[in-house]
Amino acid sequence: MRPFTYERATSAQDAAAKAARMPGAKFIAGGTNLLDLMKIEVETPTHLIDVNGLGLDRIGPTADGGLRIGALVRNTDLAADMRVRRDYALLSRALVAGASGQLRNKATTAGNLLQRTRCSYFYDTNQPCNKRKPGSGCAAIAGYSRPLGVIGVSEACIATHPSDMAIAMRALDATVETVKPDGTARAIPIADLHRLPGATPQIETTLEKGEFIVGVTLPRPIGGTHIYHKVRDRASYAFALVSIGAILQKDGSGRIAVGGIAPKPWRVEAAEAEMPRGAKAVSSALLAGAKPTQENAFKLTLVERTLGAVMAQARA
Amino acid sequence: MHEAADIEISRRGILVGGAATVALPAVASAEPGRASSVPQPPRMPIRLEVNGESHSLELDTRTTLLDALREHLHLTGTKKGCDHGQCGACTVIVDGRRINSCLTLAVMHDGEAITTIEGLGTPDRLHPMQAAFIKHDGYQCGYCTPGQICSAVAVLDEIKAGIPSHVTEDIIASIRPTNLEMRERMSGNICRCGAYSNIAEAMAEVLGAEVSGAEVSGESA
Repeated sequence: MRPFTYERATSAQDAAAKAARMPGAKFIAGGTNLLDLMKIEVETPTHLIDVNGLGLDRIGPTADGGLRIGALVRNTDLAADMRVRRDYALLSRALVAGASGQLRNKATTAGNLLQRTRCSYFYDTNQPCNKRKPGSGCAAIAGYSRPLGVIGVSEACIATHPSDMAIAMRALDATVETVKPDGTARAIPIADLHRLPGATPQIETTLEKGEFIVGVTLPRPIGGTHIYHKVRDRASYAFALVSIGAILQKDGSGRIAVGGIAPKPWRVEAAEAEMPRGAKAVSSALLAGAKPTQENAFKLTLVERTLGAVMAQARA
Repeated sequence: MHEAADIEISRRGILVGGAATVALPAVASAEPGRASSVPQPPRMPIRLEVNGESHSLELDTRTTLLDALREHLHLTGTKKGCDHGQCGACTVIVDGRRINSCLTLAVMHDGEAITTIEGLGTPDRLHPMQAAFIKHDGYQCGYCTPGQICSAVAVLDEIKAGIPSHVTEDIIASIRPTNLEMRERMSGNICRCGAYSNIAEAMAEVLGAEVSGAEVSGESA
């Protein structure tokens, strides 16, 4: 690990201003992903701004009947909150499908959204990787691509966003609240937070330099049957090959977000209109334009079949 | 790196001292500022509260909580396995929550209450979970065991607090502490000897002793 200086932020704006001003500065919250990457020197911050202790660890109602989740709320606390379990069960289910108990106790809401891909070539500093070292190439496309992305990917990068939580938040139409270095606030629909790689896979979000996530809001509950179905190589503590986050209504309508297949939580609202025609029709629309590799083409079938299982479960 | 920091400093002290005694004038003219020209990694003072005892340390900011416990406080019960949060051997309990001590910086835990395996029980006064692991053969080589036991103790608290898991069928209702719940909640602790089924039995015994009936409250604050 490279040496770094460390300080505790005194407010959200203080954190944002410091991060914008100091080259090489990074926020640290739970630290479970950042420190992992710092140990192998994929991340090499020269200054850490500890944003724990800013009072952003609370969950409360919004004026319009929704829920506001502080950026520093731990995954465990969010999954266990009775309002979340009752009204946004998809979010609880997605959270407990991710990581381990120890990690969920540290991992935060904002940190989970901003975690980096688990593409093995991103982690291996002996390999080319356009995300880690722009312009160096992508070893994954012709390499071990089985766990990687099939849609929204580019010639430069096929990494996936690894979050389970973000899949639920995408289906729930969450909004990400930020503070910029100049103190102004911004609300970003979660659909617009993560960007597709294109030719610049190192730029993963639409956040500006120093811009700091202070919380996530959920709109008022929409009812329905909430299902998070995660398919992975072992039954627990593994990243998704494919995951489906679904909110299905009695009238046959619903929302579907898919994990494990794309650089961001994958949701195509137009595909949801195909719900009455079944899983095959929905997944065809969801996956239109997919560019799988030979190794991960199975994910296209897996999305359709997992969605079929989810829809059958909701009808049962 | 930081594990060797203490040794490095003492060795440098010896080298400088040795040179000074042999050729003091040459050292004085050729070496002034030599030690200060080597950039020193930033260090910070910190107070760690471990197993009820307070320790004041000055640490390289890079020092993980795990390395602070093992290399600086010499509490070697907590083990380093993968050092990347994948194996759970480093699990300790901080302010009542189990965490991977390898994936957190010591300087982030100033004043927080840290419990390691040494703080749960002693050879003469075993924690009930330690006794149950012995009774049920919950280990073979024992390397992962301190992490397993810290994790297991915290898991029972999580079930009592109504925190749902991936295998909880009804996340609104009370949680049934089944064998499947134990296994799912312990998935962050790897045991290469494969003592998993005995670990689950040890946990069930402790839970049975602590909770009457099969159900505990599903309420959470």
